[in-house]
Amino acid sequence: MAKIIVNGLVSGGVYAVLAVGFSLVFGVARILNMAHTAFYMIAAFFIFVCTVMSGFPLLLSVALAIFLVSVVGILCHKLFFDRIKEHTIPVMLVSVGLAILFQELLVMGFGGTYRAIPPLVAGFVEIAGVRVPWQHLLALGTSIVILIGLWLLLSKSRLGKAIRAVANDREIANVMGIDVGWVCTITVGISAGLAAIAGAIVAPIVMVHPLMWMQPLVITLAAVVLGGLGSIRGSVIGAFILGFAETATVFLMPMGSFLKGAVALGIMIVVLLLRPDGLFGVIFEEERL
Amino acid sequence: MNEYFRWWYQWFRDTVLVIPGRVIAFIFFAFLFLVPLVTTHPTLLRILILAAIFAIYAASWDVLAGFTGQLNLGHALFFGVGAYTAGLLNLHFDLPPWVTIPLAGACAVVVGMIAGMPALRLRGFYLALVTLAFPIILTGVIFAFPDFSGGELGLYGISHLSDCRTSDYYIIVLIMVCSVVVMYKFTDARSRSIRTGVMLHAVREDEIAARASGVDTTRYKILAFAVSGFFGGIAGGIYAHFMRVVGPSTLDIFFSFQAIIWTVFGGIATIYGPVAGVYILYPLTELLGTDAFGQQIRFAVLALLMIFILLFMPDGIAVWIRDKIEVKCPRCKLVNVATRQYCRACRAPLYLEKTKSTGKKEEGENETEIHL
Repeated sequence: MAKIIVNGLVSGGVYAVLAVGFSLVFGVARILNMAHTAFYMIAAFFIFVCTVMSGFPLLLSVALAIFLVSVVGILCHKLFFDRIKEHTIPVMLVSVGLAILFQELLVMGFGGTYRAIPPLVAGFVEIAGVRVPWQHLLALGTSIVILIGLWLLLSKSRLGKAIRAVANDREIANVMGIDVGWVCTITVGISAGLAAIAGAIVAPIVMVHPLMWMQPLVITLAAVVLGGLGSIRGSVIGAFILGFAETATVFLMPMGSFLKGAVALGIMIVVLLLRPDGLFGVIFEEERL
Repeated sequence: MNEYFRWWYQWFRDTVLVIPGRVIAFIFFAFLFLVPLVTTHPTLLRILILAAIFAIYAASWDVLAGFTGQLNLGHALFFGVGAYTAGLLNLHFDLPPWVTIPLAGACAVVVGMIAGMPALRLRGFYLALVTLAFPIILTGVIFAFPDFSGGELGLYGISHLSDCRTSDYYIIVLIMVCSVVVMYKFTDARSRSIRTGVMLHAVREDEIAARASGVDTTRYKILAFAVSGFFGGIAGGIYAHFMRVVGPSTLDIFFSFQAIIWTVFGGIATIYGPVAGVYILYPLTELLGTDAFGQQIRFAVLALLMIFILLFMPDGIAVWIRDKIEVKCPRCKLVNVATRQYCRACRAPLYLEKTKSTGKKEEGENETEIHL
């Protein structure tokens, strides 16, 4: 039972960081960025290259990875998404194409095998009778710190206010003098950075391989939808619910590891049937462009 | 006999030859039917057969998404259900292919109705996610009950469609042509006799306005789901009998995305778009996969191609070509070849000149030219 709680918290935390990033970009720039978890994968691979292959210290490579992936995210936005931002479906497909491109580049560079990264802090600790690796606790702690930091950024700072304004009503924010394009770019950078942080905390825990972006993408999308589009709080709560659901399925049901995706998504469908806009969904006006 | 030929020739000249899009479609179908007479190379036929199957699959996605605006991210559900139904019926009950394939379509419709029930309450992105979830759930169920469904390895030993590959090819291409024509008639907004196409366009463009005009949007959405599911299931059933092996790869997320990629590449909200997209992209991926270096880069090349086409032709390649070679008359809305100056029915000028000079001289010129 304690195992479920601890593992659920850890995976929920990681999914929360990913979901918040995705939700930010969707709320502000109306881009369904299917390459979000691809950024997470690039960060994990970059850390692998730096630590295992070149021997840099882990913290330095984490910082470099976050910076690099943020830059890559902003470049993708400027080069690809910005040109066709009126058409929503091609933007989504371009992001899928980018994700596949990154996957193939990594396959060409590293091969399809699974890689492992040594943890930042090795060893276990006993909590309530469960052996929890320090790395898991570190992951959980980092995700909570990041979420609190993001909440502070969005609610207290000027940039946060600008982001919330653009997410709320793009035209009026423009009229009020907020540079909408600049805010979008910054948001994409923040979102890619969040994906990179998620990759950094999770890299020592999971196997790193070029197909690792698909499964978290589905859960991220499900968490954002479950929580409701346009609501950061909803994405976080949705992510934790799905994290717990997955962990509970793995530990409690007989064919659990096959069914965990199914159960998590089943919960999402049930919630959507009861509340068609997600748990905390903000109802968007039909934007007639 | 002479009369018959003349009648056919007049129909051909008046209906097909006037619109370049129809000429291209005619040449394409003729090419498809004539290929086995030229060569029966098995790999080429296999690529063309799979392209035909995927063309039905992609077109069925477009019926739902392009025309009613309900983005279906889990179209592989219909394909997988169709494939597994055909496979299971064939293996356990020994039913011949011409029975299992329609039953596969029917089963996919039923599953589509179940999956479509949330669709009536949800909109936009929520709907897309729910549709994404269904094939994943079904995959999980398949893995969880491996005795019934073959688990990861899948079902094998399904019977052939016919004795040799060439007759397989003709049967499948015939089914593809019929399905595509049916889907086109179902969704064509210009048709005077079958009005469902106009209704579907209305539902997509502005559902509230359509409901205010008295269109029963719920019924049309369900109908679109049913048609989409039926043809997706048919495609799956044909796939099962052609490949003789059915596995969970038919329900893959990426396979759902393939339908979307092919359709948007070719041109969304049309039926010839997905067909064009499949027939351009799928042989390209297969050809790249033949040599060893190509195999490494093929998905990367495919992704790059897709990104750049979407950047410059966001409406799809078939639509871009169509807009280059066809133009609509501004007065009577009839489609003409783009090289014409005057509409073929109402003689209105197709291109309005933008000149800075006074209007008088221009009107004089127009008046004399109309006598042609």
